[in-house]
This record gives sequence, C-alpha cells and structure tokens, in this order.
Amino acid sequence: MSDITTTDVLIIGAGPIGLFAVFELGLFDMRCHLIDILDRPGGQCAELYPEKPIYDIPGYPVIGAQELVDKLLEQIAPFKPGFTFNRMVTGLERLENGSFRVTTDENEVFEAKVVVIAAGGGSFQPKRPPIPGIEAYEQASVRYAVRRIEDFRGHDVVVVGGGDSALDWTLNLQPVARRVTLVHRRPEFRAAPDNVNKMHALRDASAIDLVIGQVSGLAGEGGALHSLTVKGPDGDTEVACTRLLPFFGLTMKLGPVAEWGLNLHENQIPVDTEKFETSEPGIFAIGDINWYPGKLKLILSGFHEAALMTQAAKHIISPTERVVFQYTTSSTSLHKKLGVPD
Amino acid sequence: MTKLTYIAHDGTRFEVEAENGSTVMENAIRNAVPGIEAECGGACACATCHVYVDEAWTAVVGEPEAMEEDMLDFAYEVRPTSRLSCQIKVRDELDGLVVSIPERQG
Repeated sequence: MSDITTTDVLIIGAGPIGLFAVFELGLFDMRCHLIDILDRPGGQCAELYPEKPIYDIPGYPVIGAQELVDKLLEQIAPFKPGFTFNRMVTGLERLENGSFRVTTDENEVFEAKVVVIAAGGGSFQPKRPPIPGIEAYEQASVRYAVRRIEDFRGHDVVVVGGGDSALDWTLNLQPVARRVTLVHRRPEFRAAPDNVNKMHALRDASAIDLVIGQVSGLAGEGGALHSLTVKGPDGDTEVACTRLLPFFGLTMKLGPVAEWGLNLHENQIPVDTEKFETSEPGIFAIGDINWYPGKLKLILSGFHEAALMTQAAKHIISPTERVVFQYTTSSTSLHKKLGVPD
Repeated sequence: MTKLTYIAHDGTRFEVEAENGSTVMENAIRNAVPGIEAECGGACACATCHVYVDEAWTAVVGEPEAMEEDMLDFAYEVRPTSRLSCQIKVRDELDGLVVSIPERQG
C-alpha cells in the first residue's frame, strides 16, 4: 500500500466552492487537501467556461470564470492547501477511530477527520462518442486516454477529434503505432496551430493518414476492433483500426459518489441547512452537488454553505475548543493567519 | 413575438411563441421540447442543444462562429445545417423558423 496522506479536512472537488472552503476552514486552523479529476483547479469554471463572464459574484459587477478561480487561489494561498489532480476519488469509508479513509483510482490513500464533498455536477469524464455499437469494443480496443504508450505499439491506431488531445496523440503515437490515422469532421482544427502544422507535415510525408468525416460504423470480432467506416463528403472510407482513441470532450457524471452509502435525491446529496452535513456525520456536501429545500445552484450559495459547514467541521476536529466568531476586518489573530502585516 | 417550430425526432411538432433576444435553446427548455438537453446552460460548452435548421431557413439563420463550429465536433451526426440552438438568438426575421432535433445529443 502506498503512503497515507493525513489532513484535517479532505475536500473532493477543487472548483470554486471547494477552493473557498479552504479559506473558511483555514481561518479556523483546519488544514485541507483537495482532490480533483481535472488536471488543474477551477472545476466547471476552468473546464467549461473559463472565458465567460459571471455577473452574480457579490462585489464584482462582472468577473471572468478563470479570473475568479485565480483570485480564489490567491485568497487561499496563506493556508497552503494540498492538491492532488487527475484523480477520481473512488473509495470513502469510516475507520474505527472515526476518521475517514479516502482512496483514488490510482490507489492513493488519504485520511481525514472530516470529508467535504464539493464535487459540483460530479466528475468530468470523457464523453463516449456517438458511434453506434462502440460499447462492444470498449474493453479491448477503445481507449479514452493514453495511460501507457506501449499499449499502442504495433497497432493500427485511429484518433478521432480536432482538439489538442487528438493532435498531441496523433504526433506522439506515430513513432510507435503501425499506422496512425487521424479522423476529423472538417479540415479546420481547433488544436494549437504548431501541432496542426506538424500533423500536416507527417501526412505530406505519408507517415500518417488524415481522413475528413465522421465515424459511422465499427467492425470487429469478439470485442476486438479491426476496422471502421468514416462517412465523408466524398463517400465512405474504410480504415484499419485495432486501437480507437476518440476525443469528444468531457461530460459530468455523478460517479462513485453514488456508492458511498449516502442518501441521494435525484443525483444530489441531501443536507441540512445548518451544517450542510450529509446522512453520514462528518461528511459534508456543499455547492452544486447538495440538495435542500430552496436550493439554488449558485456559486454565492456555495460560499455561504462553506462558511456554515466550517463551524460544524471545527466542532468535530476540535471538540473541546471554544469557537470564537471573529471578523477578518478587525481580528489580529485572523490577520496573522492571513499573513496581513500589523 | 416570434413563432418557432421544433420537430422532434419522432416527427412531433412543437410550436412556441418566443421573445426576441432569447435563444432557440432557451425556448425549447421553457416549453419542455424533448431532445434538447443544454447540459452547460447555454455557454456554448457542451453541444447538447444541437439542432438541424430547416433548409429554407439556413441563409437567414446564418453560419456558426468558430467557437460553435469547434463545439459541433462533439455533436452526433453533424450535417451542413447543424447549429447549436443556444447560439441562435430569436429576432423578427426568424418568425416561422423551423428546426429539427437529432436522434440523440452527443
């Protein structure tokens, strides 16, 4: 078993609400570690709409979604939270001493006295492309990410998509695959121009194939793919394919949260509105993933939920300590925690 | 008010009165037209409000912008008449617009 990371509060999800929870918990001396399936903080703000304006953050008539994430990171920096990215939390169980053990899909282990689920709409997972019958080949031949390059050696690889992932893997797998074919709906690519140029150069040198069109059918035997059909402007093209790598963006799925024994209400986690605690004491849920009468999925509501959750978390972590309510404006002890000079 | 018609994949027609300035996606959601999911809420970030614009209307509706074209890469069975309905704003010239909903969203 790998080393165990211990922390006071383990936060599942590093979106705006998970980030702000670090601030509130930090004011009350609780250390936090955040785990997120994306490769960076920000959740939907960073992944879905980084450049879109948000108009209902108090004090900001307008703020860009990525800008909000950047400011939250700046705000929580004094509390030095730990981050683990590119990981899905798969296991959550209570230990005999009352703490929680949290495990990821890469078998990392965390222990914390309090768990906060701030997982928004669930975890971002690769979207299954709209290709009829693809499910049958997912075990043997379809990959939604490249975990090991060796898995592609000597294969007829077909990469589908026009973004950075599609172009990156077309270029990186070309030396190891038997043949790489890139399939894209149209001749224009949204990936970085430099990689698009490199890809065109490889195609001009006949080192890869580029087929314009949409994958319309798959053929294979016993779950193993051997070819696919691309429907293009000039008719159908058959392409040999033993490894299919489709990049059709990400979608949000509730994922393993449903398996942790918590009560659920239409894919959301019911909580009380005093502590925002789930049906399991010590496990809290804040932000878009929770539900209570009158719930609004607003960032500002999530901020409020983080502040109230913090009071309850403090009682669990320091049951004998008297909690003093203080304002950040005037409290010298809070100033010290925030690194504000006297 | 501007009249919009949605044709569901099973052929059912939904006629709605839409306010100018709202989007074709928003009117589908408000009127519970089946087959428009709009997972991202209209941020042009998901391709689950994909529609086919009726041939007679493609010129008036116009072409998708680059960002929308990028998103359409994720949609199911994209055709030359494909648009994301969150990116079509209702205006006077679109009175009578007909759009069809694909078999599935992404």
